[in-house]
Amino acid sequence: MRVMAQIAMVMNLDKCIGCHTCSVTCKQTWTNRTGVEYAWFNNVETKPGVGYPRRYEDQEHWKGGWTLDRKGRLVLRSGGRVRRLLSLFSNPDLPSIEDYYEPVTYDYDNLVSAPAGPDMPVARPRSVLTGRPTSITWGANWEDGLGGAPEHAAGDPNLSGAWAEKVRFEFEQTFLFHLPRLCEHCLNPACVSACPSGAMYKRVEDGIVLVDQDRCRGWRMCVTACPYKKVYVNHATGKAEKCTFCFPRIEAGQPTVCSETCVGRLRYLGLLLYDADRVGEAAATPDERDLLDAQRDVFLDPFDPEVIAAARESGIPEDWLDAARRSPVYALVSKYRVALPLHPEYRTLPMVWYVPPLSPVLDAVTSAGGNQDDPDHVFAAVTRLRIPLEYLAELFTAGDTDVVGGVLMKLTALRSYMRQRTLGEPGDEAVVKAVGLTGREAEDLHRLLAVAKYRDRYVVPAAHKEDAAALTALENRCPVETSGEPEGRKVMLGIPTLRRRTPEAPAGGHL
Amino acid sequence: MNPIAAAPGGADLLLWVALPYICLAVFAVGHVWRYRQDQFGWTSRTTQLLEHRWLRWGSPLFHLGAFAVIAGHVVGLAVPASWTEAAGVSEHAYHTTAVALGSVAGVAMVSGLGMLCARRLLARRIRRTTDRSDKVLFPLLSATVLLGITATAAHNVFGGGYDYRSTVSVWFRGVFALHPQPEAIAGAPLLFQLHALSACLLFAAWPFTRLVHVWSAPVGYLTRPYLVYRRRATTPAPPVSGAAAGSRTGRAA
Repeated sequence: MRVMAQIAMVMNLDKCIGCHTCSVTCKQTWTNRTGVEYAWFNNVETKPGVGYPRRYEDQEHWKGGWTLDRKGRLVLRSGGRVRRLLSLFSNPDLPSIEDYYEPVTYDYDNLVSAPAGPDMPVARPRSVLTGRPTSITWGANWEDGLGGAPEHAAGDPNLSGAWAEKVRFEFEQTFLFHLPRLCEHCLNPACVSACPSGAMYKRVEDGIVLVDQDRCRGWRMCVTACPYKKVYVNHATGKAEKCTFCFPRIEAGQPTVCSETCVGRLRYLGLLLYDADRVGEAAATPDERDLLDAQRDVFLDPFDPEVIAAARESGIPEDWLDAARRSPVYALVSKYRVALPLHPEYRTLPMVWYVPPLSPVLDAVTSAGGNQDDPDHVFAAVTRLRIPLEYLAELFTAGDTDVVGGVLMKLTALRSYMRQRTLGEPGDEAVVKAVGLTGREAEDLHRLLAVAKYRDRYVVPAAHKEDAAALTALENRCPVETSGEPEGRKVMLGIPTLRRRTPEAPAGGHL
Repeated sequence: MNPIAAAPGGADLLLWVALPYICLAVFAVGHVWRYRQDQFGWTSRTTQLLEHRWLRWGSPLFHLGAFAVIAGHVVGLAVPASWTEAAGVSEHAYHTTAVALGSVAGVAMVSGLGMLCARRLLARRIRRTTDRSDKVLFPLLSATVLLGITATAAHNVFGGGYDYRSTVSVWFRGVFALHPQPEAIAGAPLLFQLHALSACLLFAAWPFTRLVHVWSAPVGYLTRPYLVYRRRATTPAPPVSGAAAGSRTGRAA
């Protein structure tokens, strides 16, 4: 067992109102620069909808993520190592700027400098790429709130199969929800595996996936390999950029910008411990529908004494182990099992999970003339109304409606039980028992999902920088040494010293 | 038979001795400087995101053609005629093969480069990303390639045939053997001379352009493990190779 820790995220989709505050604050922080005008490290999509970039979920076309070869081995869908090097000169599976959208700015100056005239001056859009006037024909969430959906939504790659036609005709009356997306910081990142330069890496300490800007040579294989299309080419520098999970904030024990500014308070940040030795095996699980359980099995129980011992062995500090035990992400993913990964079938073992929205089902209950406060009506809808359920299953469980249905039942039961409790009734515990929760657990889950206090949502332990600072100092400063001691311990001046317990210095001594 | 001209004049010394060595020095020192100072700018500067229809054909044609052309130059310039003859390849067979293979590679490279230049000029998005180094590189590279293929066409395909292996190649090897023989190339046809001169300038410009991406050809990818983990803190570097670890804590995004 090789224990590693990762800062992971869960989003409670029922609370997302699609206000795009996360996207905007993220952009202001990270991508308000030349070359990445079109890039949204965090974006919010309307579902059903084609997404950003257009139809990114269609892996038959874009070749993102992993697949199993005939012998059951894990291979990148875009091809192996030789194939990758052969497509260096022209990558056949790279989205073009039109698949995202042409970034624009506006002639703001015209508003103040236009000569006096009978008409109001307007700020016309201008392409950032060509500098010429252009018309805006697409954006990162063009079908916001299902706008233009009759025209575009049929292009949603999740709308396939026998029930697709029905959805295409009915979904406007049926359901809508928002899906905020950022880099998944996967356990088995396809982008890292596809990078010919070895410039992309996953951090051992917190699992954040980053691009080393000094080593990226612009081969753009990461963009193709990422099935979520969350690695972007900066067209000014010619290098890849991606969501950094706001690592400077995370290292300081603060939530990411998207989480911090989320108006709906729907994001959760916390640690997950996982067994790095079992990642490959889990990602190669033969049946797509078993991937969810396989990934959950890779996560380790932070309360298990064996896990704790192994984690100490791997050098995970005590305060991180404590944070792992208090992690809301662990609670939602592994304890209550209400959070699900986005598209587990891509086999990257993503680490941003979602509590599926109950609202599409509730909408369906209402439009069918039912009472959405009556759990029986909702249960009936979950089992009978296939449309929202199958759609959610396409997104979160590789098409397994039983799992999504189970989670929605759990949320319904919780809703009904807590409604009774809040109204001063004792509450029928049989309802929550039926979905595998005790009354106490139901209250806990309610506190986490509905009350959602800041300190419960974000349990981010600060990085341990003591050693890093000392080591960086050793490398970068002139090592002024005291003279006189020929073979003794060298003493550095003005440099933080490491105190390590050694056999010679049991109380801890200088490095 | 000795096609090599007599004693070299001052201009010949300047053009065929001084200039090549200056260019090679700039090439070497420039690369060291750029590698140490500008890892962030060391990239292929891909524009496929902005334009892919021309690139789809132009880039592979150019690159694959260039590989073949470079291989041809290595054989033609670095290997003396006596060696190939010792290996049992007659002058005629060598010449025929060189012209045939060279023509295919040359045409591929020229048409590829033509398409790449065309998209750079005609697609406004690409034109706007063109920086000063590109404005030097593209004309210089085009001139070198065109002079080379014109020389071959004029003298060896349609002309009577010119044995550059006994003149240009001798000069080329002399430069690297630190025994320059300017007189060897002084009598070569003008097209060959111009081709050699523009190639010298291209080598001098190399480290300051996007051509540096050639040295980053990711061959190591074939053998490295798929997953790359790195520690956030640089681990204490072993005393000898301390410099290498420091470069790993670069900018990240």
